[in-house]
Amino acid sequence: MARALSALLIAIIAATAYFFSRTWLPALATSSGGAIDRQLTLNFILLGVVFCATQIALGLFVWKYRERADPQVVTNTAQPDARVELTWLTIAAALFLGLNIAGAAMQSRVPQVSAEEKPVTVEVTGVQFRWYFRQPGPDGRFGQTKPKLVDASEGNPLGIDRSDPASADDVVSAELVVPAGKPIEVRLHAQDVVHSFFVPALRIKQDAVPGQDTLVHLPSAEPGTYDIACAQLCGMGHYQMNAKLKVVPEAEYRAWLEQQSAAQVARR
Amino acid sequence: MGTANNSAPRGDHPPNAAKSLPRWMGHESSFSFSAHHRVIARQYFLLSLAAVLIGIVLSLLMRLHIVWPELRIPFFGQIKPEQYLAYMTMHGTLMVFFVLSVAPQNAFGNLVLPEQIGARAMAFPRLNMFSFWTTLLAFMVMVSALFVAGGGSMSGWTQYPPLSAITSAGSGQGRGTDLWIVSIAIFCVASLMSAVNFITTVLRGRVEGMSLMRMPLTVWSWFVTAMLTLLSFSVLLAAALLLFSDRHWGTSFYLPAGLVVNGAAVAGHSGGSPLLWQHLFWFFGHPEVYIAILPGMGVTSHMLSTFSRKPVYGYRGMVYSLLAIGVLGFMVWGHHMFVAGISPYAVLAFSTLTMVIAVPSSVKVINWLGTLRGGRIRFSVPLLFSVGFVSLFITGGLSGPILAQPAVDMYLHDTYFVVAHFHMIMGMAAVFAIFAATYFWFPLLFPDRMMNETLGRAHFWLTFIGAYATFMPMHFLGLAGNPRQYSQIAGSAKYLQKLLPVHMFITISAFVLAAAQFIFIYNLMHSAARGKFSGANPWEATTLEWEIDHGQKLTVHHDPYVFGPREDSRRDYTMQSEPPYTYKS
Repeated sequence: MARALSALLIAIIAATAYFFSRTWLPALATSSGGAIDRQLTLNFILLGVVFCATQIALGLFVWKYRERADPQVVTNTAQPDARVELTWLTIAAALFLGLNIAGAAMQSRVPQVSAEEKPVTVEVTGVQFRWYFRQPGPDGRFGQTKPKLVDASEGNPLGIDRSDPASADDVVSAELVVPAGKPIEVRLHAQDVVHSFFVPALRIKQDAVPGQDTLVHLPSAEPGTYDIACAQLCGMGHYQMNAKLKVVPEAEYRAWLEQQSAAQVARR
Repeated sequence: MGTANNSAPRGDHPPNAAKSLPRWMGHESSFSFSAHHRVIARQYFLLSLAAVLIGIVLSLLMRLHIVWPELRIPFFGQIKPEQYLAYMTMHGTLMVFFVLSVAPQNAFGNLVLPEQIGARAMAFPRLNMFSFWTTLLAFMVMVSALFVAGGGSMSGWTQYPPLSAITSAGSGQGRGTDLWIVSIAIFCVASLMSAVNFITTVLRGRVEGMSLMRMPLTVWSWFVTAMLTLLSFSVLLAAALLLFSDRHWGTSFYLPAGLVVNGAAVAGHSGGSPLLWQHLFWFFGHPEVYIAILPGMGVTSHMLSTFSRKPVYGYRGMVYSLLAIGVLGFMVWGHHMFVAGISPYAVLAFSTLTMVIAVPSSVKVINWLGTLRGGRIRFSVPLLFSVGFVSLFITGGLSGPILAQPAVDMYLHDTYFVVAHFHMIMGMAAVFAIFAATYFWFPLLFPDRMMNETLGRAHFWLTFIGAYATFMPMHFLGLAGNPRQYSQIAGSAKYLQKLLPVHMFITISAFVLAAAQFIFIYNLMHSAARGKFSGANPWEATTLEWEIDHGQKLTVHHDPYVFGPREDSRRDYTMQSEPPYTYKS
């Protein structure tokens, strides 16, 4: 009976944990992000059971062993023997290191960019308090940038050196437009302070650190518009530093890129 | 006293109990330059009380601004985003440094530690006095930052450069940030002096018979905390000086070449790395969270044993797990930097070590439960707060392993999930231990007085419910991807707009939580002047701080937590300094 009751209780707790972890997460834009969600749910279920077991035990013990009016003696002054202590240590170590191993194994299975498939490369730059996205255009090469050329009012917020032929067709946009179903390689920069490139729908977050290039691989995503936010305190406008990720069918993406880069070349 | 029937004397007193405690503070006020450890304890206590009150007010202003950014608040007007960030930085700094590092260690450590080991005084009383006044100076410099031109620093208590290193990066980044750095440097010096004092006192000041394994767990936790303080604050001091140097003397420890801030290129820097600060800061910062919580663990073990009327379950396990947590605490700083752009191998190592630290923490929880099991629990206010500590420690502790997994942390990092995690464990749990300590050692803090039980119970329940109502929903905000340190929801990304009702609920809960503290403040002021008299050993505890000072040296004959019926009296406890007696096991 007691066993059946505890089994039922654990089932209820697990279901609740599952429900809570899933209802609050934003909708996924990629199939490969599902592994992270499953790992999170596994955490919630296992740790949810531990949480309830320990909190219930705490409440029960405090209530059951409260001092009563009738004389009563301390019933259990035994000290733990080495075997009991070892058992607890093993259970705790197995639980926490097991989660650790499961998480690491899951992460190593998240599909990386395969060698034969050439990813779309985008440069993402964080500036107080907006994101800039640069794509290399048809030539596939980014032009040079120089800090002293940075001038947002002149339309050159990234300081692109227009005398570099590779920069002629570079496209700078305020929205991140990428093709659906293709892996994206992001080269992450920051111009002034540390920012963090956060795409909730892809379960991706990576700091943009000044003075260093960080590579991030975005998994291939389904068409749609998703939010991009800044997750590292960067100053007064931190809360409003957001942008859109537009995932469009590949043909549409090609057309967009061509049109943008032609406009860029014409502007010179 | 525990329950109503506790107020009647429970059997005879130990043979050496005199009628009243000495009036140790008759001529020493709280505001004098005193080298007496109890006066200094009271000064530290009042300092942290001032800091926590300012911290609470700032947090309420922040909560109001998040949900109603247009609101005009009496005396403050409409809060601007940069003010929000200045309040947030000040809230975090005051709470972490001037409350959680001061009250558990310096206030209660000074009050109780020398007496629990029978030392009567700290090893270096004048250095102790100097530590306090230096801490007070640091506090005044810190708070003054709110009133200078440009306002307080807005780069958070973690002060990541380049935001904290470049004056033009924001309005509080000029004089406000200078004052922050100077204040923290002074605070580091004060903490180092105090840590040396604690370590020396424990190692050299114990009376005969007080072997290390007979020390109360409170003493063990203050001892380990002092060692963490010594090793970690020295690193923060160096890191802060380097930051100051980058700001004013043209060095480039944290600043790379090619920065463009506010549209203007920053000249004269090259070769530095913002990540160096993060490494140095978190090498301090992670041990710091244990500096805040370890004394709470010691206090909780002490209370649970005293009020269950039985020995601590697994005393040795408690000591070893404290030491293990202290040592491992220095090896996990990288888990604050999983998404900062460090090597994936380092990430794996830090993640594994972080999981390992969950094991000694589990030992603590199991042993607390084991201490309660089979006892005769007296429902005193310190017991309630200690049980609350265990509950909050479990709740806040279990979200730690979730954040320790890099893949999951990639999503949850820097969201409200983290805010929930550290407020539950390092904020609320530590504060519950401070409350338990205040109610328990009140007769030492304000001579011979007890705090009011009824008010204490009301305070406990409102605080317990308020803490859960405020910080539990933050887990859901984190799961929904709400980044921290956003000054408002209305002007931020679209996917966050539906979370506004949750934020409103949290704001209301925070006001309930804050309001409950008025009960505590009233109880404190009232009881300090007019509280019930305590008598010699009001809680029937076993440790030496309740022993009457007859001027002779004490000798310790017993382990710290000897509870259980005696054949020679109706008492159920044996004080550490009593003559040898064979008690039933």
